[in-house]
Amino acid sequence: MTQRYADLAFDDRMARVDFRVATNAHIVVDTDVCRSCTTKACVHACPANLFVPTDDGGILFNYEQCFECGTCYLVCDGGNAISWSYPDGGQGVVFRHG
Amino acid sequence: MMRDRAGPSGAAVTVEPPATTDFDAIVVGAGPAGSAAALELARAGHSVALLERGPFPGSKNVYGGVVYGRVLDELIPDWFERAPVQRWITRRQTMLLSDERSLTVDFRSQNWGSAPYNGATTYRAEFDSWLADHAQQAGAVLVPSTVVTSLLRTSGGRVVGVRTDREQGDLTARVVIACDGVNSFLAKQAGLYPGEHAEHTTLGVKETLALPKETIDERFGVSGSDGVDIEILGGTGGVPGGGFVYTNHDTLSVGLVLGLPGLAKAGLRPEEILAELKRHPSIRPLVRGAELVEYSAHLIPEGGYRTMPRLVGDGLLVAGDAAAMCLAAGIWLEGVNFALGSGMYAGRAAARALAADDPKRLREYRTLLADSFVLADHRKLRNAPALVLSDRVQQRYPGLVCDLVEGMFTVENPAPKPGLRRLLRRSAKRNGVGLHQLARDALTGLRSFG
Ligand SMILES: Cc1cc2nc3c(=O)[nH]c(=O)nc-3n(C[C@H](O)[C@H](O)[C@H](O)COP(=O)(O)OP(=O)(O)OC[C@H]3O[C@@H](n4cnc5c(N)ncnc54)[C@H](O)[C@@H]3O)c2cc1C
Ligand code: SF4
Ligand code: SF4
Repeated sequence: MTQRYADLAFDDRMARVDFRVATNAHIVVDTDVCRSCTTKACVHACPANLFVPTDDGGILFNYEQCFECGTCYLVCDGGNAISWSYPDGGQGVVFRHG
Repeated sequence: MMRDRAGPSGAAVTVEPPATTDFDAIVVGAGPAGSAAALELARAGHSVALLERGPFPGSKNVYGGVVYGRVLDELIPDWFERAPVQRWITRRQTMLLSDERSLTVDFRSQNWGSAPYNGATTYRAEFDSWLADHAQQAGAVLVPSTVVTSLLRTSGGRVVGVRTDREQGDLTARVVIACDGVNSFLAKQAGLYPGEHAEHTTLGVKETLALPKETIDERFGVSGSDGVDIEILGGTGGVPGGGFVYTNHDTLSVGLVLGLPGLAKAGLRPEEILAELKRHPSIRPLVRGAELVEYSAHLIPEGGYRTMPRLVGDGLLVAGDAAAMCLAAGIWLEGVNFALGSGMYAGRAAARALAADDPKRLREYRTLLADSFVLADHRKLRNAPALVLSDRVQQRYPGLVCDLVEGMFTVENPAPKPGLRRLLRRSAKRNGVGLHQLARDALTGLRSFG
C-alpha cells in the first residue's frame, strides 16, 4: 500500500521502527523542574515526540519508543530535569535502514 | 541497588592498578571507528575486545547514507568487491531551495561507477556489521548487547579498563579506545571535553522510503547499480541545517540536519519540517507515492576542528564522532570516512604502544592523524561549519541566488534585460545582503574550500 506522507499519523510513523522495549526506564524526567520551564524545548525537539505537556505545566514522559539520540538532554532548559542514559545492553531501538 | 548507567552525569570509577589485564585493548563502540581500531589491533596480534551496546553492530546507528571509500583501500583493499553496497554514487547534486524555487548544480561522472569507486550508499546495519566481521575474523572479540557505563581509572588517573552493565562487568586492559559516538560519555568522563556543546550539535532525522527500483532509476536518471546523492541547502523551515536525498537499491533516504539551538527555538517538530521539504516542488516528484519503511534520528557533532576534544588521555584514545571528527556543515556530510581513518590510526598507535610496552607512545596517534586526511581536511575546513550554518548562508543566500538566476532567465521583452551586475545588486538588496559581506563570505568560502 502506498501512503502519502501527509496522511501518516505519528503513531504509524513510529510503528515502522523496531523497539526492544526495556523493563526499566533509561530516561527519567523530573516533572517538578518542568513546571517552571518556559521554553519546553523538549516537546518540539524530541524526534520521537515523547514529551507531552500536561495541564498543570508539567511533562508526561514515555521512554519506550526512544531513539536514544540525546537531543532532549542537550536542549533541556531546566538544568537537571532529565536524567539521561542508554537502555541496558541489547534493549531499545533497533535500526535496520539507518 | 541502582544499576550503573551510562550518561552525562556518570563518573569514572577508581580502582587499584590491575596486576594482569583481561585484554591488551578494549574498544568501546562497534561503529566504523571502533571496528577499524579493533581490526588494526587484532591484525597486529593483540588481544582486543570490541564492546557494543546494540544487539548487533549498526543497530543503533543512523546516517544520511553515503560512504566514501578511499580510506577503505588501506583498511580492506578489496572492499568494493565485498561491502554490502546499495548503489554506487555516479551523480551528485547540490540544491539550493528558496520558497517554491530551486537551483541545482548537477554533476555526473561515470568514472565513479567502476573500480576504485568514489562513494556508495549502504545501510549502517549492514555496513557496520560487515566491518565488525572483519575485526572478528582478524581475532577481535565482539561483545554486543553491552553498555559501557564508566571508565576504570587508577588514583593516578590512568585508564585501565571499563565497567559494563553486565554481571561482574568490569573488564581491564592496557589501553582503552573510546569510539562511542556523538554523545561520548567516556571522553567526557576522562575530562577530554571542556564543556557541553549543544550549539555545535545537529539533529539528523531521516525517513527511509520504499519505491520500486525501476521507479527510482527513472526518476533519478540512473540505471543498474548507479545512484544519486542530493545535498540541499534551505528547506529546513528556517532552522540552520540542510537536507539530503540519497538513492538506495529500492528505497530513498530523505532527511534533514537541524541545528539544536535553532530547533529548540523554532517550535517546529522535526518530522513537520521534513514533511515541508517533501512538499517542495523540486522534491515532491522524487518521493511521490513512496512508502515509509523506517523513521530514525541521531545526533551529529558538527563543530569540526575547532570543537575537537583532547584526543589522547592517560591510557585512553578517542576516535570518530566521539572526538567530533565529523565533517558536516549543512550541505555535505562526511563522517564514516573520518571515523574509519581515525579508528585505524588509533588502533595503530595503540598497537605500537603495546608492542613497545610504552603508554607514552599513545601520543603518536595525534601525529598519525596530523599527517593524514583526518586532521588535514578538518583543519582546512575549520571555518566552513560556521560559514555554512551562518544566518546569511542559511537564510539569505539561497533566496539571493534564486533571485539572481530567476532574473537571468526571466524573459520580459520588449523591456531590455538588466545586466548581471544590476541583477546581483538587486538580488542582494532584496535578500538583505551587503555586497561587501557577500565578497567577504566568498573569500572565506574560497579559503576554506579552495
Ligand atoms: C542524519 C545523519 C546523516 C549523516 N550522513 C552521513 C553521510 O552521508 N556520510 C557519512 O560519511 N557520514 C554521515 N554522517 C556522520 C556519520 O554517521 C558519523 O560520522 C559516523 O557514524 C561516526 O562513526 P563512529 O564510529 O565514530 O560513531 P558511531 O557510528 O556513532 O558508532 C558509535 C558506536 O558506539 C556504540 N556505543 C555508544 N556508546 C556506547 C557505550 N557506552 N557502550 C557500548 N557501546 C556504545 C553505539 O551503539 C555505536 O555503535 C551522518 C550522520 C547523521 C546523524
Ligand atoms: S526542556 Fe527540560 S525542563 Fe523544560 S519541559 Fe522539557 S524536560 Fe522539562
Ligand atoms: S533521546 Fe531523543 S528520542 Fe529519546 S527522548 Fe530524548 S530526544 Fe526523544
